[in-house]
Amino acid sequence: MPLSLDAYLGIHTDALKLQSQRMEVLADNLANADTPNFKARDIDFRTALADAGTPGTSLALTTTDTNHLSTAAANGAPAALKYRVPLAPSLDGNTVDTQLEQAAFADNTVRYQATLTFLGARLRDLMTAITGQS
Amino acid sequence: MSSFKIFDIAGSGLSAQSVRLNTVASNLANADSVSGDPASVYKARHPVFAAVRAALGSSGLPGMGAADAAVQVRGIVESNAPPTVRYEPGNPLADAQGNVYAPNVNVIEEMTDMISASRSYQNDVELMNTSKDLMLATLKLGQ
Repeated sequence: MPLSLDAYLGIHTDALKLQSQRMEVLADNLANADTPNFKARDIDFRTALADAGTPGTSLALTTTDTNHLSTAAANGAPAALKYRVPLAPSLDGNTVDTQLEQAAFADNTVRYQATLTFLGARLRDLMTAITGQS
Repeated sequence: MSSFKIFDIAGSGLSAQSVRLNTVASNLANADSVSGDPASVYKARHPVFAAVRAALGSSGLPGMGAADAAVQVRGIVESNAPPTVRYEPGNPLADAQGNVYAPNVNVIEEMTDMISASRSYQNDVELMNTSKDLMLATLKLGQ
């Protein structure tokens, strides 16, 4: 039976991609912590990962004409990108809570590293199988 | 790989915050530069920040593009608050009534602005460091 590398690496490749996208969104929020009217966003990770596993189930609308506006992002952003509900929005319309975003970024960093560890272990197992040495 | 956008985002934050620190420095340095003419006196400057939404045109709906929203400095505006008038007839810069005009710089406001800017700057540096570490770890995957 031929080995499918995608199936062997499992959900971790999707998770890694999503975590790096989430890192970008959180970096957006932190970089715009002082921008008036900026609304903080985050990725609904559970929904996004479920969508990534089963293609074609995202919330994107079907477009039948080139003039239709696409609801899916051009760069493959997950539809699970949502605005954060602010605890205490500031007077200038900015909804970034720096501490909350920092915590989310730290959380995402640890998860990214965990996913990297899982992937690394799978690859090491594969190398062991290929070379036949332990 | 799209993750390199994080350096653009954090970098734009760094440059915006350093512009803000520059205007604070300029305002504080000129806080006591009096003038004999209310029109020519130094006015406090503040940068205007705006989010850049690169993916807005292609995605149609705001908030659907993942990697948009870097920061840009839209411009630097001068405060319209009236200058402080001080009666100093002995000052060589005083006008005919013996008044000099001090800039409308609020030193306390500038100090808090400076602290806020430097915290945001540190945040952006931390973002860059963390994502650099993660990227290097990703490069080492499988070794």
